[in-house]
Amino acid sequence: MSNPLKVSIYRYNPDTDTEPRMQDYQLDTGGKNLMVLDVLEMLKTQDASLSFRRSCREGVCGSDGINMGGKNGLACVTPIDEVTRRGKLVLRPLPGMPVIRDLVVDLEQFYRQYAKIKPYLINAEKPPQTERLQSPAERARLDGLYECILCACCSTSCPSFWWNPDKFLGPAALLQAYRFIADSRDTATQQRLDALRDPFSVFRCQGIQNCVAVCPKGLNPTKAIGHIRSMLLTR
Amino acid sequence: MKKMQFDGLIIGGGGAGLRAALQLAQSGFETAVISKVFPTRSHTVSAQGGITCAIAAADPNDDWRWHMYDTVKGSDYIGDQDAIEYMCSEGPAAIMELDHMGLPFSRFDNGRIYQRPFGGQSKNYGEGGQAARTCAAEDRTGHALLHTLYQNNVKNATTFFNEWFAVDLVRNARGQVAGVIAIDIESGERIFVQSKATVLATGGAGRIYASTTNAHINTGDGIGMALRAGVPVQDMEMWQFHPTGIYGAGVLVTEGCRGEGGYLVNRTGERFMERYAPNAKDLASRDVVARSMFTEIREGRGCGDQADHLLLKLDHLGEEVLNARLPGIQELAKTFAHADPTREPIPVVPTCHYMMGGIATNVHGQALTQDEAGQDQIVDGLYACGEIACVSVHGANRLGGNSLLDLVVFGRATGLYLQEALADGIALDPPAESDIEAATARLHRLDANPEGESAAELRTAMQKIMQDCFGIFRSGPDMERGRQELQALRERIENVGLADHSNVFNTARIEALEVQNLFETAQATAESATARTESRGAHSREDYPERDDANWLAHSMYWKDGVKDGEKVRRRQVNMLPKQVDTFEPMARTY
Ligand SMILES: Cc1cc2nc3c(=O)[nH]c(=O)nc-3n(C[C@H](O)[C@H](O)[C@H](O)COP(=O)(O)OP(=O)(O)OC[C@H]3O[C@@H](n4cnc5c(N)ncnc54)[C@H](O)[C@@H]3O)c2cc1C
Ligand code: SF4
Ligand code: SF4
Ligand code: FES
Repeated sequence: MSNPLKVSIYRYNPDTDTEPRMQDYQLDTGGKNLMVLDVLEMLKTQDASLSFRRSCREGVCGSDGINMGGKNGLACVTPIDEVTRRGKLVLRPLPGMPVIRDLVVDLEQFYRQYAKIKPYLINAEKPPQTERLQSPAERARLDGLYECILCACCSTSCPSFWWNPDKFLGPAALLQAYRFIADSRDTATQQRLDALRDPFSVFRCQGIQNCVAVCPKGLNPTKAIGHIRSMLLTR
Repeated sequence: MKKMQFDGLIIGGGGAGLRAALQLAQSGFETAVISKVFPTRSHTVSAQGGITCAIAAADPNDDWRWHMYDTVKGSDYIGDQDAIEYMCSEGPAAIMELDHMGLPFSRFDNGRIYQRPFGGQSKNYGEGGQAARTCAAEDRTGHALLHTLYQNNVKNATTFFNEWFAVDLVRNARGQVAGVIAIDIESGERIFVQSKATVLATGGAGRIYASTTNAHINTGDGIGMALRAGVPVQDMEMWQFHPTGIYGAGVLVTEGCRGEGGYLVNRTGERFMERYAPNAKDLASRDVVARSMFTEIREGRGCGDQADHLLLKLDHLGEEVLNARLPGIQELAKTFAHADPTREPIPVVPTCHYMMGGIATNVHGQALTQDEAGQDQIVDGLYACGEIACVSVHGANRLGGNSLLDLVVFGRATGLYLQEALADGIALDPPAESDIEAATARLHRLDANPEGESAAELRTAMQKIMQDCFGIFRSGPDMERGRQELQALRERIENVGLADHSNVFNTARIEALEVQNLFETAQATAESATARTESRGAHSREDYPERDDANWLAHSMYWKDGVKDGEKVRRRQVNMLPKQVDTFEPMARTY
């Protein structure tokens, strides 16, 4: 092997391990700038016990959010040279979440916060025979919001979410809360805002923008949170 | 083993499964969805270009009958006309429902849903030129659709068992399907989920080929489960190769690129589709474009050092159009081809994309088999919808955008049928312990096997055979070799080894079970492809280059263990009797 890639991976299997540990691997990448997911797949052929989630391998399903070289992102669209530091690729599960096994974390809390914001269109009026008309400008307000893939990279990089995962909704859920507030077809804005008025749901955001820095889809939860905040403060 | 019971059980949380689940959840019956991934991670999320339907937004005169004509022609006349009629006529209502649920469709200036041109679309039964019939949410339609359906299931409090893997169907002594054996991946626990209605919505199986646009999880689990339960599968030789998979990566760039005005060029810079399809050019049907590309490569006009791919040109559309209509494509091209489409073309090659075949069903989603005399028979307790099903609206070649429509129309139809059937009362004999035991046999065998080859090795071996012998152009001798190689692989696959026997989130166990499903799918493809001695749609044989309507205007049906005297592949009649329009008679298919 000429110049193998050094990889260090967080390992924990509750069936057999009492403590998590870091395990080192070496991999011949053939000099290619692979994606981190390719590296994981190749290592899995060496060591079948290595567990991680993956599905689409093109950055749209949100399965493989992990922590690479200290930064959250999607393994399938992250080239190894971007996250290899001092000759070593260090892979850990998303921080702050209970680890189920290896790189697989428990996202129940994350999904619960998402469900809390009523992530569906609410419109009290009877729907027309055809679509509810929406101008291109109205539709454009959903851009940068609806594309979220629920990968949890943002919420698991947010200190406020680490400290209060049950009370602070976190950037991903709040981005979706705003996605429905912003939809011209939704009539529940007031009801949605009222549900967010407490001191925690939105107001625990400290504006540190970790979420913006890691979002693999280039979305900006902080900005959406800002919009919600100002709507709450002006009403 | 733990037992659970539901009125309706849906296996699969993609577009088809979620649409069916929504219907049942709204009807108040106890419904559960099992999905091996969290629903929004299902492959439907990857769909880009859109959902084709005559909603008459781009053209106020558009007509579902024109859509039907295109679909029948696209299918090379082995799509069932009653089903195509149902899909095309019910489609507009299904799309409006999606809008009302909140799907963020792109819009025209007048506020209606944006529609773009896609391949194989025409106005006025092929006489009126190119139509624009594909409803889109930018180039992220599948994402928008899947998330919207998931959100509405959240609203209706559907019961989900996420990251549960369905292993095998449980059949009672009368052959009725009574539920499924599942593994809770997180804990490793095994559960028998009993149900009056078991719906397979497990999606496709593109991973039988080495190069595919499909997600890692598209492993044909539903095909494997059905075949092992004695249920046949239909038209499995029909695999769509999409013209524009990114060279080297397999990742798709949508046909919408050509719909918006992009085109393919060869090494001389020639827009070669003008030669193969003078009218439709780059928007001819996918089978036609894929074959033309392959011919260009074979005749030495491919691009790059190896002359083994072609180029998709988009830069002439301008940044504004690309940003507004194809933002996701730009992201993918930069990530996987290191090409910025606003300035340079994307290297592409035809890539395995879609399984036209699957479990034969009627328009209510009821699974069908044939008795020994060749009559259709309903398989009690079993239903299928989405890519796993073959209802059949796609026949020998699917038109772009018709799959997402298939999901929502037949997901809904299956739910509607079940809602009524459950209200009337469904009586199934409960399975005996031995029936449950039989469905667990595969799992036990795997657990007891410390040796055997790894799933990864076996998968690679199978993918190579499929890629080499059952690709875009096929020939009798190659396929015969492929068939034999597959047969030789069977025992090794059945003996797949498991290096890790732990319980918690053991993905090695899941991959071993998946490779067996892939294999059943591959063998079904090989046997059906060898049997069909003609060229039709996606099935193109060099030794039988013509369509043979006298013998093969028919579906193929394949049984794993044979139906009668070991016969594995049989013909099944195509439905040529739509209810509201006259039959579209087979014609020569040109674009
Ligand atoms: C890249 C790409 C782009 C596409 N673009 C378009 C497009 O623009 N327009 C169009 O019409 N079509 C498009 N298609 C085709 C279309 O997306 C698919 O045919 C369709 O999404 C399949 O949906 P489905 O619901 O049948 O299955 P899927 O979405 O694949 O869902 C399958 C479900 O079954 C579950 N499952 C599978 N096996 C098991 C098991 N053993 N146990 C438990 N659960 C299981 C999975 O977890 C998943 O939830 C595209 C396809 C690809 C590959
Ligand atoms: S900006 Fe707000 S939501 Fe984003 S990481 Fe910081 S605290 Fe969390
Ligand atoms: S906002 Fe971005 S980082 Fe957060 S869940 Fe959505 S896609 Fe992932
Ligand atoms: S595998 Fe789907 S986002 Fe990476």
